[in-house]
Amino acid sequence: MSTPTTTPAPGAHDEQRPPTSRPATAAPKGPPNRLRGWVTRAPLLPALVFMIVVTQLPFVATLVVSFFDWNALYPEARSFGGFENYKEVLSDPELRDSVVTTAVLTAVVVLVSLVLGLLLALLLDRSFRGRGVVRTLLIAPFLLVPVAAALLWKHVLFNPEYGLLNGVLSWLFGDDAPQPNWVSDMPLAAVEVSLIWQWTPFMMLILLAGLQSRPSDAIEAARIDGAGAWQIFRYLTLPHLRRYLELGALLGSIYIVQNFDAVFTITSGGLGTANLPYTIYQTFYQGHEYGLASAAGVLVVIGSLIIATLALRVVSSLFREEVRA
Amino acid sequence: MSALTAGPPEAAPPAAPPKASSTAPKSVRRKNAALGLLAWVCGLLFVLPILWMVLTSLHSESDAATNPPSLAAPLTLDGYREFFSAGNGAGPWPALANSLGASVFSTLFVLVLALPAAYALSIRPVRKWRDVLFFFLSTKMLPVVAGLLPIYLFAKNTDFLDNIWLLVILYTSMNLPIAVWMMQSFLAEVPSALIEAAQIDGARLPTVLTRVVAPVAAPGIAATALICFIFSWNEMLFARVLTGVVAQTAPVFLTGFITSQGLFLAKVCAASLVISLPVLAAGFAAQDKLVQGLSLGAVK
Repeated sequence: MSTPTTTPAPGAHDEQRPPTSRPATAAPKGPPNRLRGWVTRAPLLPALVFMIVVTQLPFVATLVVSFFDWNALYPEARSFGGFENYKEVLSDPELRDSVVTTAVLTAVVVLVSLVLGLLLALLLDRSFRGRGVVRTLLIAPFLLVPVAAALLWKHVLFNPEYGLLNGVLSWLFGDDAPQPNWVSDMPLAAVEVSLIWQWTPFMMLILLAGLQSRPSDAIEAARIDGAGAWQIFRYLTLPHLRRYLELGALLGSIYIVQNFDAVFTITSGGLGTANLPYTIYQTFYQGHEYGLASAAGVLVVIGSLIIATLALRVVSSLFREEVRA
Repeated sequence: MSALTAGPPEAAPPAAPPKASSTAPKSVRRKNAALGLLAWVCGLLFVLPILWMVLTSLHSESDAATNPPSLAAPLTLDGYREFFSAGNGAGPWPALANSLGASVFSTLFVLVLALPAAYALSIRPVRKWRDVLFFFLSTKMLPVVAGLLPIYLFAKNTDFLDNIWLLVILYTSMNLPIAVWMMQSFLAEVPSALIEAAQIDGARLPTVLTRVVAPVAAPGIAATALICFIFSWNEMLFARVLTGVVAQTAPVFLTGFITSQGLFLAKVCAASLVISLPVLAAGFAAQDKLVQGLSLGAVK
């Protein structure tokens, strides 16, 4: 079931294979230990160095810029500002709001897609005619370009004058049908719905794989002992699915915390839907406040580091648990 | 989602005749058929917005913008025609070519960097390979937007702004961690006994890689490549900030379609569908390994 666990522990591995059988070593006969270590490490280094240069260096630069009073429109006024930017960012209600928005958006989208994904996975876990077709249909929303999906919801479905939602309402209730302006009446919900529509298939796929890896004998035994469908679900299926649910939540969060496309396209960050990525983008790209944007960026990185440490602990326990599974 | 549960609970036995459970009691068969039908309803409901987009893309602009919607309006390819001639006559081709270039080259770079790395994390693991793996994943959790300004300033000062190769490098870094995780999982599936047997038989590294590792890991590597392609193709934040006229990618081009005047629904639907086609194709091509790939190898 597991992945990294199928490889033996690194130490054991080294003992298992005599050094002479390694074609890649520089010296033909048993090179010194340190050299051998570098030969093993060599294939890893390009990727590692690349990642450090491209993803870590910019953060260092952000950190430096965050201490400067720097607006791109007044480049001559650039000066060292100490912690001024941080003070301003922390007292900025807009940024605080976008922290809340990010948290709400992520939590709602992840939880609702998990629940819907679970229901769909349960439906697809039984055999019926056309199951493969239904699975394919369900994946389709996930395979739409995110900007295209956001445009579809904003203009084709939510549009108050000729969107499909209000069109269906007109069909159902005739001329007196309510015609809400979905995006301006419930902006955050509108963004959430479009994201839930895209991410439910993702959760469904992971949970379906989880359901199909259930040990069938335990369920059969429980059924013979007279357990009802709900009891089997509650006491066998759900505990088995726990780590799949956690994995889905974690991966979903990684992507949705950083969502930019849906917020940008559907509301342009207006009406209280600006999340952190959008707010920082706005501060630097339209506000030209380089120092402020950087300080906000540093704070976001610190926040992410704290959350990521917790999340990574979850992942690593997930992968360790799979040893036993 | 109340529409889902309000669907057909009991009254729909004939639609999906039970095959497998012909020995089961009638009530069970009926329940199975109902649940199968419910699954169909859900599947159709989820794909309905896309079907509606297809239909809208085939209507004229005035038929696309009616309320109540006109289902039976005459079909036309005008939306597609306008999409392919948009943007000062050059059409979407430069943007599509940019997206294709950025996606294909970044995917190639990812493969070149991730394959050896995954090898050093699975088949011949370095010490603390688990920590290295988690370092890669942790870079994925840091918000991209926090590094955006320095990258922008760097690009501006080195004339890399509006240059497709800048996107190639950024997309490579965006996908590399995921690819390392995926490939690590796919390479770890190669039985180590098989590799050892080959080595005892005197096979050298290139032979081991091409004859033993590649056949087992190839489908996984292909799926990884397709998933990286999808993420690069979809990306918009970097593309929006760092490209302009020359290196504009398809998603950025797509947002430029929205005008404040005139009708644009059919055009936008046609454009969205055309731009999503490569992703749909790649996704369905990788379908068998999609779950394992997207779950970073944790789920099989």
